[in-house]
Amino acid sequence: MTYEDWFREDRLPHIYCVGCGNGTVINCTLSAVDQMGWTKEETVFVSGIGCSSRAPGYIVTDSLHTTHGRAIAFATGIKMANPDLKVIVFTGDGDLAAIGGNHFIHGCRRNIDLTVVCMNNMIYGMTGGQGSPTTPQGALSTTTPYGSQESAFDLCGLAAAAGANYVARYTSYHVKELTRAVRAGLESPGFSFIEALVQCPTNYGRRNKFRQVLDQIEYFKSHALLVQKADRMREEGKKIPDDMIIIGELARQNRPALGVRK
Amino acid sequence: MSRIEFMQGNIACAEGALAAGCRFFGGYPITPSTEVAEHMALKLPKTGGIFIQMEDEIASIAAVIGASWTGMRAMTATSGPGFSLMMENLGFAVMTETPCVVVNIQRGGPSTGQPTMAAQGDMLQCRFGSHGDYSAIALSPASVQEMYDLTAEAFNLADRFRIPVFVMADEIIGHMREKLVVPDTVPRVERKPLQKGNLPFRADDDLVPGFPTFGRGYGVHVTGLTHDERGYPCATSPSVHEDLVKRLVDKVESARDAIASCDIVNPEAQVVFISYGAPSRAVQQVLHDTRRDDVGHLRLKLVWPFAESLLSRFPDAETFIIPELNLGQISREIERHTDRTVIPVPKLGGALHDPSDLAGLLEEVA
Repeated sequence: MTYEDWFREDRLPHIYCVGCGNGTVINCTLSAVDQMGWTKEETVFVSGIGCSSRAPGYIVTDSLHTTHGRAIAFATGIKMANPDLKVIVFTGDGDLAAIGGNHFIHGCRRNIDLTVVCMNNMIYGMTGGQGSPTTPQGALSTTTPYGSQESAFDLCGLAAAAGANYVARYTSYHVKELTRAVRAGLESPGFSFIEALVQCPTNYGRRNKFRQVLDQIEYFKSHALLVQKADRMREEGKKIPDDMIIIGELARQNRPALGVRK
Repeated sequence: MSRIEFMQGNIACAEGALAAGCRFFGGYPITPSTEVAEHMALKLPKTGGIFIQMEDEIASIAAVIGASWTGMRAMTATSGPGFSLMMENLGFAVMTETPCVVVNIQRGGPSTGQPTMAAQGDMLQCRFGSHGDYSAIALSPASVQEMYDLTAEAFNLADRFRIPVFVMADEIIGHMREKLVVPDTVPRVERKPLQKGNLPFRADDDLVPGFPTFGRGYGVHVTGLTHDERGYPCATSPSVHEDLVKRLVDKVESARDAIASCDIVNPEAQVVFISYGAPSRAVQQVLHDTRRDDVGHLRLKLVWPFAESLLSRFPDAETFIIPELNLGQISREIERHTDRTVIPVPKLGGALHDPSDLAGLLEEVA
């Protein structure tokens, strides 16, 4: 099998805009699932609301497209009730970190055996480009027309601090690395969190000086800083510019996992 | 052999759920329902079931719905503020046709209100509280025995109609202790499985589709968006939306008379008390004390959907007296189905109607 065997072809065409980064993340995730050798029968995708959360509708497995922010809570019920199922959550920055923030940290605390893949486009894409908890300070959106006044969430830092066993961040530029990270998350018992920064040309890029799709992907490439290198820079007393994106495996713990058949 | 216990209502509720095969409880502490969760926490692990205390009531009902999709009988228990938080996900359960049981041990509201005092103020909320058109099934126990029996029956109704079923008890019934006859077994109606090859959201003649349990190879997509019979989102077609929502309503409403459940006393009476839940106990006292043949009692065990045909079981009735621990929520429903005189007896504050007050009212009426 390849990742393409996991798609529901009768759902095409999909809703994603030209140039959207979500498709890359879906492909990376399905490649990782395929590499695990999991069957379609035992794999379940769960999501909340938003562009990212439409992904399970394009996948042939059982899937639950739930309410805004609540995917991890629904997934917790599925995994606790049937630990034989492999449960993967697709979410976005607004879904996960704003309305769903409480379920996110409690999922990490419980270390429930889920793999949560967050497509972080730094904007509410589906509703037309409003500021989200990960919109960078100063960035323009329809609800921050003078530039966002608020600080952005560090989703991976939050997950690690709350107790997730596996935490990694990459971007839609880092296809191979992202696939490997999702696979590592799938292999790791407990709560695995993979953040994938994605371009949203329709609602983020065009308001924030990324005139072409590739401009934002180029930005991800040029501003990505591997965590090991960032650590070295800190040790050497060098300042890491604020706009750098720390990528790599950011946490790996071995706390007891919930929802694993004993 | 059945056995006899002396038990608290909330614990009887949990025992009824366990007897019905409930194996998943997701909940959050809230007065006056917490004993249900505590008892499930004590008992479920010993039956191979799952108890999980979630971070709030939104997550509780979400986890219950998730568990239900794995084929488990699943429930939660709460009270007013938690019930309010559950409303959005209850609509999700309606739209996705997810069986589950929600127990509401009602307390005084609005807001934090009277956490330790009884009320029936959520009777319209359980029927209409989530957005959009839908129908609901709500049971109302009036004794510890019914906390057990009706909770068990709630699972059958949930599985049969694939909807969330509400056990709308109140603090008085939840916290009272009285005799309970624990039966050897409780009647069980199984969830109808989806036949392989059938579309997952194409209903059978009973307007209910078979259930495609997760993990069995159905490959079903379940969404709260308006969906076609394949389960695929189809949110802009007027006909798909209208057909779906009408079916969700009709599958319950068309069974109104079939699932109606009540106790009837003196059907030839001219004056008839209608009650559900705790006020039924005051009415029963009035009937016991006055011993009048011209006074009847319709005690609803199943409040929603309200079967108006029950009113015609009292052909000579001239007056319906309806004591409720709210400002007349079900009285209004009954008013719209009858041309007889309806006298609501609303009561707020947490104390039950005094039987002597009801007897006094009876003297004034007839």
